[in-house]
Amino acid sequence: MKPANAFNRWFARGWLSLGYLFLYVPIVALVVYSFNDSPVPNVWRGFTLKWYAALVEDHELQAGLWLSLKIAFLTACGSVVLGTLAAFALVKYKRFFGRTMFSGMVNAPLVMPEVVVGLSLLLMLVSVQRAIGFPERGLMTIWLGHLLVGLAYAAVIVQSRLLDLNPSLEEAAMDLGARPSQVFWLVTLPMISQSLMSAWLLTFTLSLDDVVLSAFLSGPGATTMPLVIFSRARLGLNPSVNAVATLIVVVVAVGVIVASYMIAHAERQRLRELAEATRG
Amino acid sequence: MKTATPLARWFSGRKLVIAAPYTWLLVFFLLPFLIVFKISVSEMETVQFKDLITFNDGLVQLTLKLSNYTFIAQDALYLSTYLASLKYAASTTVLCLLIGYPFAYFMARAKSTLQPTLLMLVMLPFWTSFLLRVYAWKGLLSDNGLVADLIIGSGLDQILAAAGLISAPGRLMHTPFSLVLGMTYTYLPFMILPLYGNLAKMDLRLLEAAADLGANAWTAFWKITVPLSKAGIIAGSMLVFIPCIGEFVIPELLGGPETLMIGRVMWDEFFSNNDWPMASSVAVVMVLLIIVPLAIFYKYQAEAQEARR
Repeated sequence: MKPANAFNRWFARGWLSLGYLFLYVPIVALVVYSFNDSPVPNVWRGFTLKWYAALVEDHELQAGLWLSLKIAFLTACGSVVLGTLAAFALVKYKRFFGRTMFSGMVNAPLVMPEVVVGLSLLLMLVSVQRAIGFPERGLMTIWLGHLLVGLAYAAVIVQSRLLDLNPSLEEAAMDLGARPSQVFWLVTLPMISQSLMSAWLLTFTLSLDDVVLSAFLSGPGATTMPLVIFSRARLGLNPSVNAVATLIVVVVAVGVIVASYMIAHAERQRLRELAEATRG
Repeated sequence: MKTATPLARWFSGRKLVIAAPYTWLLVFFLLPFLIVFKISVSEMETVQFKDLITFNDGLVQLTLKLSNYTFIAQDALYLSTYLASLKYAASTTVLCLLIGYPFAYFMARAKSTLQPTLLMLVMLPFWTSFLLRVYAWKGLLSDNGLVADLIIGSGLDQILAAAGLISAPGRLMHTPFSLVLGMTYTYLPFMILPLYGNLAKMDLRLLEAAADLGANAWTAFWKITVPLSKAGIIAGSMLVFIPCIGEFVIPELLGGPETLMIGRVMWDEFFSNNDWPMASSVAVVMVLLIIVPLAIFYKYQAEAQEARR
């Protein structure tokens, strides 16, 4: 091998390693310092589990976690339903009144600053509340905000899967006499189920993580977990935040790895069945 | 064949698929934004806003209060905040591109069996809480923090202080440096993923052809690889630049008094000063700031989708 090639290879490896180091050092540090037995942050004084024990007593954080989980679950379900509909409308129907505006509105929440989305939704909800005395700010209003952003993410994921689909399968079903609704439930939906799963997981984690929209849309007594963490992190370093972070990192890492393994497995299974079916 | 009532037929199939998300977005995305625009030009009367259009002795009167906008345009604080937001977003984009392009390139040229794992490793931090990863940098950069010790130990802080990125040697937190570092860290995957998607699809025979025609690797890279990845570069840059302009959480946790950004200014107008019309005006200006990069992004997104067909 020429020395220039060997250099290139090592340069590539070095760059990738440094990049991954950059991405993962903060997460590792967060976990390590959650076991630090020291009142002064950043000074290592030995191993302890006391910050985890303190979480058991931390009712503010627990209430926040429970509320966040409820909102995240509702957001993920709503986003997948509305996002799938939006993706279908954009992929299957090339011409309808206001399609350009619709496509713009579906994608806009992805890039619109969260402070703007939060403010505008809040101001509208306040006007509605003044007029008819409903809705009170809380779980419902936070959910509406998260759903807006979740819809956009879900639509993008489902849309890219729908574009990859082979249209001949749906056409075959229709030739064999299936009604459009039957084609959807029996042919299209099973083929896009993996993307629905990814969309559900992504919108769930996004909702579980959101600070800005929740800050605008929450009311008295409705403090989500990220709001609790954010207000503590604003004041300075706080070992209880590290302990929560570690638990979240572990749960998410395990969840994502298991989910992506299951998705990959189901995909292989489907491809194998498809190959056998076409071989006859 | 079952018989459907006219109403059910009208609501079935195509119409429902389009109407449900459409109505939802009109009511919860477009309408709120129009309300923000209306409030930004409204006069505030203790708790209620004055109507924009009033009937007075048979005269229809339209009152637009533009003082918020003229104030934003003339006030030095607002102007400097807008410029600062653009500056930090642009620096973050450039840094993400400088780190992310080689990264995505090497990923795309790695062994194909290794690539799914490499991709998964880029996505994984994206799944763990963004808020907590930003908080982690607070620990790494404050006194005795791991990265702070590394930078101060190597004397890099002298250079950063000389460049005006930190206020004094040894103090890394709450500076432009910590802010841009935090934003680069957070948005790096948004740059890497579209670039990787683009570079992985590239036809490598073009590079062989270039080599056969006598181009060395460096020339081939600049003349072939980079121009072909233009769509990825633009998509990645916009995905970093646009959200950075309105970023609130990162400046709040990692920035300081010198790094006031527009998202924070709007937040303060709303939550601290309770000045809703002013906050609304700032929001409208913010949207105007991102409309040009947004248009570029949509154009390339549409082209990329056409290309997939």
